[in-house]
Amino acid sequence: MAEINFLIVEDSPTMRQLISFALKRVHGAKIMEATDGIDALKKLSAQKFDLVLTDINMPIMDGLKLVSLIRGNDQHKDMPIIIITTEGAEEDRKKGLALGANAYLSKPIQTAELLRLVNEYVRK
Amino acid sequence: MDSREGHKDLKIRTEEFLQIFRKGEEFTQEVLAENEKLRFKIVQLEEENKRAREVDPARVKTLEEQMASLVEENRRLMERYREVELENKSFAEKYLEVEQENNNLANLYVASYQLHSTLDFSEAVKTVLEIIMNLVGAEKFAIMLLDEKTMELSAVATEGVAVEDMPSIATGEGIIGRVAAEGESYYAADAPGEKPDLLLPIVCIPLKIKEHVIGVIVIYKLLVQKKEFTEVDYELFSMLAGHAATAIFSSRLYSQSERKLVTIQSFLDLIKEKPA
Repeated sequence: MAEINFLIVEDSPTMRQLISFALKRVHGAKIMEATDGIDALKKLSAQKFDLVLTDINMPIMDGLKLVSLIRGNDQHKDMPIIIITTEGAEEDRKKGLALGANAYLSKPIQTAELLRLVNEYVRK
Repeated sequence: MDSREGHKDLKIRTEEFLQIFRKGEEFTQEVLAENEKLRFKIVQLEEENKRAREVDPARVKTLEEQMASLVEENRRLMERYREVELENKSFAEKYLEVEQENNNLANLYVASYQLHSTLDFSEAVKTVLEIIMNLVGAEKFAIMLLDEKTMELSAVATEGVAVEDMPSIATGEGIIGRVAAEGESYYAADAPGEKPDLLLPIVCIPLKIKEHVIGVIVIYKLLVQKKEFTEVDYELFSMLAGHAATAIFSSRLYSQSERKLVTIQSFLDLIKEKPA
């Protein structure tokens, strides 16, 4: 079975565990966690990921900065990114997508919706 | 000379006529043969037709019975198909329900796991905040603990509202005080406006260890994308009422005992160091 490498970038341990719980239902899922943008960049430089799921509001480096840095890097420019955040306003969504995120999910997340999006981008 | 040429010309014409006549004869022969074949075919078909009309009535009856049986079987199969379709629909609905239940249980498990994963008071409080914000979807809320000496509730952690802005509330006073006094959750019928009144929450959950209330969780405003509470939210509130209370209470006791232990240890060290 082919491995699917996920990177969860989230400062809340509760959310990390919840997202990880959902992703374990994807066949071949291998999950890594990062607590902020800088931690995520370190992990991204060490290995290739099939999908990144990131929060926006995080200490040290937020999710929007992380998305723009990932998109600015040729190595990761095609890697799918899903933003998962409490910021549910339409302008926040537009901003996230304009920076290069592929999808935007507002908290509280619905596991079925998250898995539908994950499967969509993993299959691509 | 002319008479000889005329004779020759006549001979050629006669030859040509005879050739045409012979071709005509051959064609007539062919048409006659074809006609014969067609007549034979007509006779054959007439005989077949006659035989077809003279069907055995017993055979007709058998065929009619077979047809009726096939119609009946078709009806039964259609009925079974409809039953299976309904069953399938019911299974699909059941699957979605189980899936939803599974997701709800995952939320509850994660919340409960995180609540009991620490003995540090500030971490336990932070976990409660995370659960309310990320799993319930609240924007403005507070955790208030009861001071058993003064019997007053005061905020220990907040989100979307400053701790210092939170009022102290005596048990029994207003909605929040009543929840603390009676130990029953409160859910407002109407959503609040943009600037919610800190004495009028939309939800107030007592933090209880058995029947003993140690504080309350007050929610003033939900996230913009959160329109209403779902079934799992009420289960989360119910879980928080018990588990958050235990987690906060035990972590507070542990922190206090840790501090006491350090004090006692320092005291003992002091005694040991004191010259006789």
